[in-house]
Amino acid sequence: MTEEPREFNAASFYAYLKEGQFMGVRCRSCGKLSAEARPMCPACHSREVEWFRFSGQGQLSAFTCISVVPAALAEKGYGRNNPYCSGIVTLAEGPRISARILGVDAASPQTIATGMNLALALEDLDEDKPALAFGPA
Amino acid sequence: MATSLTSAKRRQLGRPVSIVGAGMSRFGAFRDKTSRDLFVEAFQDLLEHLDQGIDVADIECGYIGNYSADLFEGQGHTAPILADWLGMTPTPVTRIENACASSGSALREGVMAIASGMYDVVLVGGVEKMTNLPTEGVTDVLASAADGLYEVPAGLTFPGIYGALAKAHMDRYETNLSHLLKVGIKNHNNGALNPKAQFNASLRDMLERRKARAEQQGGPVPDWRDEMDFLNDARANPWIAWPLRLYDCAPITDGASCVLLVAAEIAANFTDKPVHIAGTGQASGRPLHDAEELTSLSAAREAAAQAYAMAGVAPQDIQVAEVHDCFTIAEIIATEDLGFFEPGAGPRAVDEGRTALHGDRPINTSGGLKAKGHPVGASGVAQVIETFHQLRGEAGPRQVPNPNLELGLTHNVGGTGGTCVVNILRRG
Ligand SMILES: [Zn+2]
Repeated sequence: MTEEPREFNAASFYAYLKEGQFMGVRCRSCGKLSAEARPMCPACHSREVEWFRFSGQGQLSAFTCISVVPAALAEKGYGRNNPYCSGIVTLAEGPRISARILGVDAASPQTIATGMNLALALEDLDEDKPALAFGPA
Repeated sequence: MATSLTSAKRRQLGRPVSIVGAGMSRFGAFRDKTSRDLFVEAFQDLLEHLDQGIDVADIECGYIGNYSADLFEGQGHTAPILADWLGMTPTPVTRIENACASSGSALREGVMAIASGMYDVVLVGGVEKMTNLPTEGVTDVLASAADGLYEVPAGLTFPGIYGALAKAHMDRYETNLSHLLKVGIKNHNNGALNPKAQFNASLRDMLERRKARAEQQGGPVPDWRDEMDFLNDARANPWIAWPLRLYDCAPITDGASCVLLVAAEIAANFTDKPVHIAGTGQASGRPLHDAEELTSLSAAREAAAQAYAMAGVAPQDIQVAEVHDCFTIAEIIATEDLGFFEPGAGPRAVDEGRTALHGDRPINTSGGLKAKGHPVGASGVAQVIETFHQLRGEAGPRQVPNPNLELGLTHNVGGTGGTCVVNILRRG
């Protein structure tokens, strides 16, 4: 018996992430890949989408090191004296996605290089508020 | 492919629409004022300065931009409350929410309501009361204008997303931190000439005042020689979201703005100096990670193309502009997206002083969001107000020195490019 496919939404996206898988969707009509779990293809409007497992490999395309932090990250100890890095990752399969960038020195942004190779990082995943994160490959 | 600024379908208004009056509250931090107090202040300013007056009962409809009184003040359903406090009930008033482009969108709704033929006299405006919350709270409320499922969990804040845009611009072009700081210096110089601005002072004045205060208090006096020294001092100008610092960010502001729109055919009943809506455009964009480019806002290019097509003008024809400088990098990108400068040429234009009050392309003569203040829901219409005053030659000490001023433009962005509204105004 095959498992019922999961609904294409953020709940499924983050459930997969907690299981260690970065799952986006692929449009069966036009082939467009999306790193977000969308129930409809934004390019051709087809509802024929399927889960697509991303390799978790990518490159850092832009980033920022944030010192004035949202409440959720202040709770984790980030702030003026302990900034964190977030960025835009271009995935090996093509699409881009926003993600936390771990394993870099956010207090010294000049040491972080756009273009650096990244890999999906699951080790610091928060069970309650899972977030996509990458680290140096 | 980026949108071509000459490719938009040419849409036209059903009939011409004019702006005949404008009013604005003081922008700043006002502990005891609520949205309704701020909007009443703006409305009174409008009534006092409407050349030939109006009976409020003659206003047929209203659209008010407001981002989030719900989260900032715990007040939803703000439109009828404002209608009541303006003494306008039972006139229909609708709240429009498009983040920081809320009142830009409200203005468009008003323009279309008149162009449709349904109404002749419409009030449009915007209001935001932001300073009740601490900075962390404001950061969270503003972040809710980004994608709560795929951007916010990644730790991206509103300054954070613009920080990433800035980094991408620096990687691709010659842009550096000094270019960003120079935008802030310029806008503060303009804000110093605007009595309604939150920062009605140049950065030079602000740093001299700080030095004087330190001297009075007998503490160590900072050795800043000029604005750049001050802005490069990490204690005076701390990082918010590298490469953006405190003085790269628009402040947290309370304020309200409104203008009176009428069918052009009756504009003479209100003023001898109407300003006409020559073109208007609005577009939607995607989160930065799904954007075509990391150095441009596609919605801005599309909205601009629509507005240029409707007005039948080109970027080179625009003589004065208010652009959405929620962050210094946003102004540089705006001047490129609007076609004033080639992509990547924005920073050089700043270096050459071309966007200063006396430059050939004055940008943000009001002080911009940076110095005038950024009560998010009020900013789009406040930009229109500055352009209205410039085109009527009544901008006082910050009037651009161009005797043939005819065309102005406003560029109002919601969030990080999810919405953009561009209006082109023509002197009547
Ligand atoms: Zn498709």
